Amino acid sequence: MANIDVYGEFETSWCPGCGNFSILKSLKEALAELDIPPHKLMVSSGIGQAAKMPHYINCHMFNGLHGRSLPVAQGMKMANPEMTVVCVSGDGCSYGEGGNHFTAAIRRNLDVTLLVHNNQIYGLTKGQASPTTARGHVTKAQPDGAASDAFNPVAVAIAQKAGFVARAFSGEPEHLVGTIKAAIEHDGFSLVDILQPCVSFNKINTFSWYKERAYILDNHDETDWCAALMKAGEFPDRIPLGVLYRKMEPHNGDGVLLAKHEYAKSDLKELLQSFA
Amino acid sequence: MSRQNINIVIGGAAGQGLATIGTLFSKAMTRSGYNVLVLQKYMSRVRGGHNTFAVRMGVDEIVSPTDEIDILVALNAETVNLHRGELAEDGIIICGDDIDKGDVSGLLIPFNDLASKPLFYNTVALGVLGSVLCQDICYFEQMLSEAFGKKGNEVVQANLDVLRIAFDWVKAKEAVYDCLPVPQYGENKLMLNGNEAIAMGALAAGCNFLSFYPMSPSTSIAQTLIGKGRGLGLKYEQVEDEIAAINMAIGASFAGARPIVTTSGGGFALMVEGVSLAAVSETPLVTAVVQRPGPATGMATRTEQADLNLVLYAGHGEFPRAIFAPATVEECFYLTHRAFDLAEQYQTPMFILSDQFLADSYQSVDVFDLDALPDIAKPMLTVGGGYKRYELTEDGVSPRLVPGFCETLVRGDSHEHDENGRITEDGENRIRQNSKRLVKGCGLWQDVIGPDYYGEKGADLVLLCWGTTLGACLEAAEQVDNHSVGVLHFKQVYPLREEQFMEFLEEAGEVVAVEGNATGQFARFLAQETGFRVGAYVLRFDGRIMTPQYVLRGLESIL
Repeated sequence: MANIDVYGEFETSWCPGCGNFSILKSLKEALAELDIPPHKLMVSSGIGQAAKMPHYINCHMFNGLHGRSLPVAQGMKMANPEMTVVCVSGDGCSYGEGGNHFTAAIRRNLDVTLLVHNNQIYGLTKGQASPTTARGHVTKAQPDGAASDAFNPVAVAIAQKAGFVARAFSGEPEHLVGTIKAAIEHDGFSLVDILQPCVSFNKINTFSWYKERAYILDNHDETDWCAALMKAGEFPDRIPLGVLYRKMEPHNGDGVLLAKHEYAKSDLKELLQSFA
Repeated sequence: MSRQNINIVIGGAAGQGLATIGTLFSKAMTRSGYNVLVLQKYMSRVRGGHNTFAVRMGVDEIVSPTDEIDILVALNAETVNLHRGELAEDGIIICGDDIDKGDVSGLLIPFNDLASKPLFYNTVALGVLGSVLCQDICYFEQMLSEAFGKKGNEVVQANLDVLRIAFDWVKAKEAVYDCLPVPQYGENKLMLNGNEAIAMGALAAGCNFLSFYPMSPSTSIAQTLIGKGRGLGLKYEQVEDEIAAINMAIGASFAGARPIVTTSGGGFALMVEGVSLAAVSETPLVTAVVQRPGPATGMATRTEQADLNLVLYAGHGEFPRAIFAPATVEECFYLTHRAFDLAEQYQTPMFILSDQFLADSYQSVDVFDLDALPDIAKPMLTVGGGYKRYELTEDGVSPRLVPGFCETLVRGDSHEHDENGRITEDGENRIRQNSKRLVKGCGLWQDVIGPDYYGEKGADLVLLCWGTTLGACLEAAEQVDNHSVGVLHFKQVYPLREEQFMEFLEEAGEVVAVEGNATGQFARFLAQETGFRVGAYVLRFDGRIMTPQYVLRGLESIL
């Protein structure tokens, strides 16, 4: 097991009390328990408060564009299949701006772990509705209440039979560590939707709101697709935590390390002659 | 009479196989030693419509397509009606005996007599065409054997029999057209189109990653890369959209791949934020943009040069780039190779700006000399202590370390960042990092490939062109009476280096910009950069390629 200190300690720009702190600490603990050294880890993120996280971990990182963390992560994994690739971003980045990439990544099934910090609100831009904001939730930008139904990411992922679909809560750190570990260990695409309070901009889905509804799954058959969908559908009345659905299937994307890959000149010459 | 060259146009509906006849014919002629240049015009549909496949060929180099038709091979009556007016004075029509070719001379092919079933009609047409031009049947036999080899000996033999019958049928008749002069048997040549040459140039540069979303007319770059490269280890992904394509390529590049992204104007418009990302994160990336007419969906299968402004200014913020605009298949290969080298050297976006004409234009070329290509720059895989990804250097280029092969950590960031890739809003740091990136432009400027000038300096008239309008300008220049004409052609359209070309412009009697767009984008850009204004424009934006005849008509009102 690696020492958690190797992932470093950094000053953050997060509000005191933010769920991000617990998620960051849990990720580091999971990495340490899995014994993944910083130089074998690549973290990709988009834009948002959650997406700043790779700056607060010692690792290879690429902090890209809003909504585009998954394409970057998948490109990394294809180029270097030996790396552990983790993608970290918020609910807006992952499900709104990056919604198309989310469904495509599930289908593509590369060995990438997606951790979504889901606080059901836009934090970085100060409190507008996100794709997971409940219908009717009043914000400065939605003064009459959010007019759209909330996106249920785990239900969508299960419906598409993603290889690994889990839900966790920043207020259950021990469970969160275990869930992140299982997700990283899963051979293929894995999603952990992590509910967390936004102490500054979401006055509805607070720590206690989650705490009242969340419970850790027990006696749930992760391979039962229908049962998984039913569990995913309990939100927001109740919030089952844990691995909702799991399916082992060969994943895509192994092969050569592209950084060390070169073509033989004789092969290229032969290719050219195919145009003769 | 010995002709300089002839232009054969095969016309018909989509699905009739004219592209098959055309490519087999062009390839047979290339193997015979002729120079070939193909112009394909087709409608955006899978069946029906009206398409043409024009093969201009001769013993000497062919620089441009032409409007005038010497031999029209009509696969349907519509082709005769549409193109009869474009025939040269001694032009002929070859068509089925069920088609009325009017009083134009030529051949009516009794397809039913020469072939047992319609399946073989294309082979009949191929044989008739080859025989009319007095060609050796052996190259045609080779082509059919290769084309149908996978379908088994029986199919090959049936086609060879029909080919022989068609050849003999023509020989038994009175000649309808002059035989072509026989070329000197030359070196082994290749025949490929612009998109295939971009793909091969990329592979020659070590490109081993492709992420793309299909879009005409760029798609065949991706398909060629996959077809040729996957057996050698190229990784590829057809992604959900163009935004994913460019971001995935950037992720791969960061992690050590050498990627290309291929698209057309509409797809590139979606990628623009990714261009900025490649620039600020200093991740090498080559993007090939194959133009078609816009705005928006425009005309999917036609040609235009109207995306120059888009590629020149794509991306928010300020950063260096280089843009290559090949005129020929050969330039597609060499400029793509160069783009990869510069992308790695300068760690900033590089562009190949081609168009539908060149994408589909098969041309016979000398075999690309792989041994003569310069070595491509490479990133580091390992490094000692004290490494800073965005280290400030005199030339702005920081050593690039690929993450994952040593314990040193690498941070790439879309935010403004410090030398270590850490996000920061410090003003002084911002100036240092932004300037560092911009200074790389000086190196790129030093490395600019200057324009080619054809003709005598101080000519009465200089035709200013870029990319694929070169051929039409060169051919038109030879046909202008009573004026000396020069041609100034840019194959790298950005950056511009004045000392390489200003004298040609300043000493010209008059400068006319010839471009495949409606507003003279390059001439305007040149004016913005140098203060030099052209005297007149010849612009084409009907979706068709510039031809010598079009240039000459345009010059009539100017001279």
